[in-house]
Amino acid sequence: MRDVAVIGIGMNKWGELWPSRIRDLYVEAALLALDDAGVDKIDSMYVGCMSSGLLVGQEHLGALMADYLGQAPVPATRVESACASGGVALRQGFIEVASGMSDVVLVGGVEKMTDIDGGSTTYALATAADQEYEGFHGVTFPGLYAMMARAHMARYGTTREQLAQVAVKNHENGAKNPRAQFPFTTTLEGVMTSTMVADPLRLMDCSPVTDGAAAVVLSTVEMAKKLKRHPLVKITGSGQASASIALHARADLTWLGSTEAAAKTACKMARCTPREADLFEVHDCFTIAEIMVLEALGLVEKGKGGPATAAGLTALGGEFPVNASGGLKAKGHPVGATGVAQIVELAEQLRGDAGARQVKGAKRGLAQNMGGTGASATVHILEVES
Amino acid sequence: MSGLVPCQACPLPLRIYPSEEIAKIWGADAESFKRGLLLREKSVPAPDQDLITMSVEAARHALKRAGGLDPKELGAIYIGAESHPYAVKPSGTVVAEAIGATPDIHCADYEFACKAGSEAMFVTLGLVQADYVKYALAIGGDTSQGAPGDALEYSTAAGAAAFIMGREHVVAEIEHTHSYTTDTPDFWRRDLQHYPQHGGRFTGEPAYFKHVTSCARALFEKSSTKPGDFKYAVFHQPNGKFPQRVSRMLGFTQKQIDQGWLAPTLGNTYSGSSPMGLSAILDVARPGDRIFMVSYGSGAGSDGFIWKVTERIVEVQNLAPQTRQQLEHKPRYLDYGTYAKFRRKIRKAEKV
Amino acid sequence: MITARYWREMPQRYRYEAGKCVKCGYVAFPPRLICPVCKAREFQTVTLANTGKIETFTVIRVAPSDFEDEVPYAMAVIKLDDGVQVTAQVVDVDLDELKIGDRVRIEFRRISQDGEAGVIFYGYKFVPA
Repeated sequence: MRDVAVIGIGMNKWGELWPSRIRDLYVEAALLALDDAGVDKIDSMYVGCMSSGLLVGQEHLGALMADYLGQAPVPATRVESACASGGVALRQGFIEVASGMSDVVLVGGVEKMTDIDGGSTTYALATAADQEYEGFHGVTFPGLYAMMARAHMARYGTTREQLAQVAVKNHENGAKNPRAQFPFTTTLEGVMTSTMVADPLRLMDCSPVTDGAAAVVLSTVEMAKKLKRHPLVKITGSGQASASIALHARADLTWLGSTEAAAKTACKMARCTPREADLFEVHDCFTIAEIMVLEALGLVEKGKGGPATAAGLTALGGEFPVNASGGLKAKGHPVGATGVAQIVELAEQLRGDAGARQVKGAKRGLAQNMGGTGASATVHILEVES
Repeated sequence: MSGLVPCQACPLPLRIYPSEEIAKIWGADAESFKRGLLLREKSVPAPDQDLITMSVEAARHALKRAGGLDPKELGAIYIGAESHPYAVKPSGTVVAEAIGATPDIHCADYEFACKAGSEAMFVTLGLVQADYVKYALAIGGDTSQGAPGDALEYSTAAGAAAFIMGREHVVAEIEHTHSYTTDTPDFWRRDLQHYPQHGGRFTGEPAYFKHVTSCARALFEKSSTKPGDFKYAVFHQPNGKFPQRVSRMLGFTQKQIDQGWLAPTLGNTYSGSSPMGLSAILDVARPGDRIFMVSYGSGAGSDGFIWKVTERIVEVQNLAPQTRQQLEHKPRYLDYGTYAKFRRKIRKAEKV
Repeated sequence: MITARYWREMPQRYRYEAGKCVKCGYVAFPPRLICPVCKAREFQTVTLANTGKIETFTVIRVAPSDFEDEVPYAMAVIKLDDGVQVTAQVVDVDLDELKIGDRVRIEFRRISQDGEAGVIFYGYKFVPA
């Protein structure tokens, strides 16, 4: 297996991007990444996207994006794994370069979510659950995570304030990210008095509906060294795992087994433990999710994610800085783009280019992306060569 | 001997006080409604309940009362109602599938205003007596609709009762039946219309009273009985007052109708009305008791039944929740706004 | 038009039929073709217990399009008395009094519909036991 480098990164400003079509979003981010890498020729490309069919009525994104990026006839493949679509697309690109099949691969993620009404968006997202045995009954994603939150609170004593602390921390980081959808700070009270969405989760516990895209260019290390445009950032570990699609089919409703398994694979490849990373971009689609991910990665003991967050463990200056980008919560969550944007953030941090939110001296970063209630998960480890 | 094997009613936990809540909205005189119709409260279906769901619940309890009768032994299922959720597509197939009675079963939906339920009972009894089927399931029920502000809105309620007919394990033997039918347009709903129309006071003398009393008198004559021969009597209950008045006209006492007189707290469950009353009576009846029952359906007709309770009744009475217990179990009261929302009386924007 | 998709699930939604692995006893709801525990491929049809208790729950206030008129409504993961867990709504209950551990039983209810003119979807919900 060959070593794989991240040679280009690109991400547009996220938000409600009314004038942009889904193809514009992807192509903008892809051009930024290609320009950043200084290449215009790629061997193949991936498009991570969850639900363009339901959200904008468009499937067949691989060919569409290759066409509009001016890259046809390169092989172009869409990858779907619900909210882990971006992370899984990245892993496909990584495998393609590592295997020797291709030397330069573009991996982008995209979602255009604001073209339909709220109820329809809620429905589209809910198709990431078991459509016949969860969705059929009227469950929503906030609802599923709310049930995980309530189980976690009942079992471990996690408090409402601790959940809110995740949002407060991520908004504090997001306020320093010029590309974030909601670059403002908030307070515990602001979170805890926001509109109830699915008890006990409120609006400010939830990641938003976002239009956006992110892209990275992967290549062999040899090529990266030849280009020499940026500090050399390598993907040293990649892991992916699955779990039951239905939350109710899991023996423990408070444990993200697929994240634990994906981290194990990625860390084995990178010869490190999650605790040895200097920063973390994790899938905080809801505040409870970040708390459960801390536990699944082994950064804290089972059930201790809440108190650890409240104690500042995961703040920008803490022992394990989590979601310096603002996370899904503040940066936004265009679902198919999220897993790729995490890599954009890690690469920028490892290059030392993250400005006000820079984690000082960051040498190794870990990205965790998941789909559904954790039925799919990817973990990637990035390291910068000094 | 043939007759009822067991029976079960399905009253609902949601209620509204018609005189207070409905009269207040439409500017009617609450007290005179309460006095005039003898309606204190009425049941309301939750938005996720309809004739089919009530029928399934009632049928499941009836099977339980039948001592775990194998649903595959049912040879027919008939559901009588004027609120079948589909205009075309049977309610009975859903119920048969849900209780596990498919596929070797005859199934039909009936409609005859408020007597569709007794009609189903009448036909199932006939099939059982003719030995065409071993057991048959008859259900009468409705989630009845009254137009906002119409007099019907004070009484239209929801509920269903299910009866298993058979020749073995009978708890109430059928002794006599009679049906009385004329063409009397006192109440109707045209195709594609949302709410029924009615003839106001014309629904009284020439309609309800004429048909119920004529059917009852024919039944007395056929059976050579008189009101004093019956422990209980139950009539169709469009409101609290009509059945009370008709029972007096026929010579029954309040004591005889009390147990099955559910309208004051249940309202008018249309096709479920006298069947649910019968169900409440069978909950407390003793072996040897005779029960006199006459339904009424606008349009118009009445079905009459004379039941004689058997020894077996005491074995089944506690096998499932009783009708009045269900009726009194934690009712939750709605305001008119919630009621109007639940009954889909609020005009919403068209879906785009 | 999702008529066939709905019809296919009727044994589960109407009669709560599950598949019990003949070899290891694992109960699959809905039925599966291969046992996730012991990989055996032979199952017998069993009916799920109709009572259980609430493992966790939420009250949904922002709903998918087909459920927008029903808010607020409670959704729960219910552990049935035979150990099988299912997701369903809990109805006929005071939403403020719902708690983990509450005993519930199954009832047959309307779940949603394929628009005003489409097929009505029935299935299981839970009510206080």
